[in-house]
Amino acid sequence: MTSAIETEGLAKSFGTTRALGGIDMVAREGTVFGLLGPNGAGKTTAIRVLSTLLRPDEGRAAVGGYDVARNPEKVRALIGLTGQYAAVDELLSGNENLFMLGRLLGVRPREARRRATELLEAFDLADAATKLVKTYSGGMRRRLDLAASLVGRPRYLYLDEPTTGLDPRSRLELWAMIRSLVADGTTVLLTTQYLEEADRLADEIVVIDHGRVIAAGTPQQLKTRVGGLVLQAQPADQADLPAVEGILSSFDREGDGVYNDGQLVMVRIDDRSAIGQAFRRLDEADIAVDDLSLRRPSLDEVFLAVTGHVADGDELDDRAGVDESADERRKA
Amino acid sequence: MSTATVDVGHGNMVSNTLTIARRNLLHIKATPEQLVEMSIQPLMFLVLFVYVFGGAIAGSSKEYLQFALPGILVQSVAFLPFTTALALNTDFQRGVIDRFRSLPMARSSVIGGRILADGVRIVWSVLIITGFAMLLGFRFGGGAAGAVGALALVTAFGLAMCWPMAFIGITARTTESVNTWGFMIILPLTFASSAFVPVETMPGWLQPIANANPVTAAIDAARGLMLGGPVARPVIESLIWLAAIVAVFAPLAIARYRRRV
Repeated sequence: MTSAIETEGLAKSFGTTRALGGIDMVAREGTVFGLLGPNGAGKTTAIRVLSTLLRPDEGRAAVGGYDVARNPEKVRALIGLTGQYAAVDELLSGNENLFMLGRLLGVRPREARRRATELLEAFDLADAATKLVKTYSGGMRRRLDLAASLVGRPRYLYLDEPTTGLDPRSRLELWAMIRSLVADGTTVLLTTQYLEEADRLADEIVVIDHGRVIAAGTPQQLKTRVGGLVLQAQPADQADLPAVEGILSSFDREGDGVYNDGQLVMVRIDDRSAIGQAFRRLDEADIAVDDLSLRRPSLDEVFLAVTGHVADGDELDDRAGVDESADERRKA
Repeated sequence: MSTATVDVGHGNMVSNTLTIARRNLLHIKATPEQLVEMSIQPLMFLVLFVYVFGGAIAGSSKEYLQFALPGILVQSVAFLPFTTALALNTDFQRGVIDRFRSLPMARSSVIGGRILADGVRIVWSVLIITGFAMLLGFRFGGGAAGAVGALALVTAFGLAMCWPMAFIGITARTTESVNTWGFMIILPLTFASSAFVPVETMPGWLQPIANANPVTAAIDAARGLMLGGPVARPVIESLIWLAAIVAVFAPLAIARYRRRV
């Protein structure tokens, strides 16, 4: 196994803000490497350094064996970049966007046309091929953006928060596309705020916060470290909150205690059978609940577990747990 | 997806520049108001100036058309590079430049393609304005060589002005500040010049400013070539100005382009 993307002590500051404070990471060839962290953690800065858009202040980074500072041209020939915001040209059609990129990559016109058509079909955009991108939906733009980064068949694909702001269906579609690219041998560097996304896609993850790596490992290793599942209950009547807290606290195996936010009561558990027991005990106590569900720890909880403090990114929320909780609810 | 390989060639500057220029010109199709801006708007200026002020300034619209056309041409091509500034600014804001910069292509072609496309727009405008002015009764008095020379000089002036506007577009953080800076510079430059009235009619303090204005040099040269008159001094002066503008602002714009993150 060879390392595709490698950084050592990578640091970058903007004025007095230290965006990257010495990042070490190794992504192996043919895998998905996840860079997980809240807004402002340094994920985008790392991607920009690795795609030669920014020069690092300290440390080194190599992509496919080429140093990003010394051989940026070589690196650019190997990578495809999909930005956090869809960096496609709104005033061109989808077809013209892809054709233009092919031409810029030195592909002959006939071949560039063929490649554009092929990608538009693969990404389900053939019907909108000649329409201006500004008329596209968010999901279509994201797909075109991904197609745009694939025109040159890059060995290394960088996806900077590819699903942020997408509806759940588009997100699932994009995940499927990413998986099929990896199956074809592409190495993917993925940044995300969503633990679930990293969990579903990445072979290995580093968690970064304030420009530093705070945890690294496979999703399984990280989840074990964070603690298995969260059981949460929302009583129909807020007066029942203390009683619900009492019942859930009996499932608290780790001594973490029960968290009550005034509406929801949450507890970390290891064994998913707890939800059945909780259901019966709530029923016996005659407490009506609006919600009783199991979910994976959210990114907040990963941070709490790994750093001992709550992540202070500006837009951090609980979304990482949302889909999972819906799944579990259906099962329960 | 097929697995046939695509040869990724290394940045060929000429081909890359043409591709970017083509992309910029395709934007006209998507935003028809650009077409209005480069065709109808200058004609509106021409008609308004000639028929509103002509009588007061030159005694008749016909006389004033002869005087004002070179000025209106230079003013129009001084305003067209606004597109250079606004489009580069938008490309940065939208992340399109990031995509270009992450490709193994010639980096200079992004600005080069922008200016080439604006050159096409400038030529288009110059021809439309001149053609329309001839319909209104404008007559060249400096022969065919003078006419061609004048239009070439006006076009070159517009191209040179793309560089300071590119600098503004790359430096400014927002579209609004591009507009503010652009107008602050272009409006006084074009009006405090010999474009619409003879410099001698201006107050004493303004005359040296208007005379030192590169727009005045370009207009005097174009006027001489179009109407027949003294050309040597204004032509040399305006060529020096053009070279100076490009020599100062091209490196500045390119340096900003490299450094903007």
